[in-house]
Amino acid sequence: MSRTSTRKVVVTGIGPVTPVGIGVEPFWDALVSGRSGVGKLEGFGTEGLASRIAAQVHDFRVDDHIEPVVSRRMERFAQLAVAAAQLAVADAALDLDESDRSRVGVVIGTGIGGVGAFERETSVLLDRGPGRISPHLVGMMIPNMAAGQVAMRLNVTGPNECTVTACAASGHAIARAVDWIRAGRTDVVLAGGAESAITPLTVAGFCNTRALSTRNQDPEAASRPFDIGRDGFVIGEGSTVLVLEDERVARARGARIYAEVAGYGLSADAHHETAPHPEGAGGAQAMRMALDDAGLAPEAVGYINAHGTSTSLGDIAETIAIRSVFGSCTDELAVSSTKSMTGHLLGAAGATEAAATVLAIARGTLPPTINLDDPDPACDLDHIRNRAREARVEAAITNSFGFGGQNASLAIVARA
Amino acid sequence: MTSEIEGVIRGLLTEEFRVEEQGIRAEATFKELGLDSLDVVSFAMALEDRLQIEIPEKELDGIETYGDALELLERKVGARA
Repeated sequence: MSRTSTRKVVVTGIGPVTPVGIGVEPFWDALVSGRSGVGKLEGFGTEGLASRIAAQVHDFRVDDHIEPVVSRRMERFAQLAVAAAQLAVADAALDLDESDRSRVGVVIGTGIGGVGAFERETSVLLDRGPGRISPHLVGMMIPNMAAGQVAMRLNVTGPNECTVTACAASGHAIARAVDWIRAGRTDVVLAGGAESAITPLTVAGFCNTRALSTRNQDPEAASRPFDIGRDGFVIGEGSTVLVLEDERVARARGARIYAEVAGYGLSADAHHETAPHPEGAGGAQAMRMALDDAGLAPEAVGYINAHGTSTSLGDIAETIAIRSVFGSCTDELAVSSTKSMTGHLLGAAGATEAAATVLAIARGTLPPTINLDDPDPACDLDHIRNRAREARVEAAITNSFGFGGQNASLAIVARA
Repeated sequence: MTSEIEGVIRGLLTEEFRVEEQGIRAEATFKELGLDSLDVVSFAMALEDRLQIEIPEKELDGIETYGDALELLERKVGARA
């Protein structure tokens, strides 16, 4: 299971387009300041919905990122991805004209894809018949179009894919990118996730799974992972893309290196459609595989950016999983869930939290879990409660667990 | 009537299709305006709704410029009158 490639995968650029901020500095400033991106759900009537709150990217102005005549052919998740990819490339100071574009890949995960287009056109079908369906429907709806649009906008022709594993989608995307770079198929991969599924149909569906917080009167306090008063996750939207590079290529161009993606672990719960394995067996297996792949001993890990969605069962299962993997080292390990601030970006969560983890290592500050006023005794961990913690950590784990029981854990390590 | 049709087309192009107004000239191709072939189909559907006409797909063959589209629509609306 250990790595056979000599190629190391480093993070040289970060492009967050999230409810707490767009671009590295606003994003990071919000996370270390403990600012929530959750508010009342806007954009459509919420009457009849149990959950009427969301983490939306209100500051996103698509015209700042993409020509209007082109952006109108894209569903919002793809627009967010294109913006995130452009920000990541700029942050990496990566000059694509100086790069071999055939060796620049793209992999963007999404949980749900262009469901907004599907909903709008379903209404058209019912009201006006098939002849009035937009010829752009298919191109806007299919989940792989975020990765396709990033390639089109940046003119990069390397491997191009989409991972679709619900809330683990962008964890899987980064794992895929690691494979391509280790195998020598690409020099650079724009890897991340994109999601914008805050639509009447999707929110109603999540409401009826009883997965969403109904703390409608206090949106900023609604996402409270590991707190005894938690009552579900807050649906979010956004996109984060990382520039991942073969370390030798990055060093040769003098790139700033944030950290290394040293390994990943993937697993299945093989348990239930939406409920986690009660003892977090799949999550534990993914974390063990990530440590092994990275060549890390459990005691080397100083921080975990938890999946921590703020659901009753999920946070307990993840706690059990962490304890089972880290054993007696668990109490030396700081844990936080940045979903307390960003909400749950579903298919974009893994990459957004990988970005938070990379920055935590690079900058020596661990972002907190906000709203953690009264930790659940069943979630007994060294939580970074409510305020960021200054700490130099050499290695960290970030977890992403999806409906379907699909799990991805990434091991991130410091690079000088 | 011509100016009314032209107003409808220009309005559609700039407001719904987000084409830049200054680029709209008789000789401008749809491609130059930033529209792809599916946009042209979508544009024709919108015109059918707005002008209460039918534009069979074969009539779109050879419609490459803004001027071509204007001419076709004037003919069709004129025939309806």
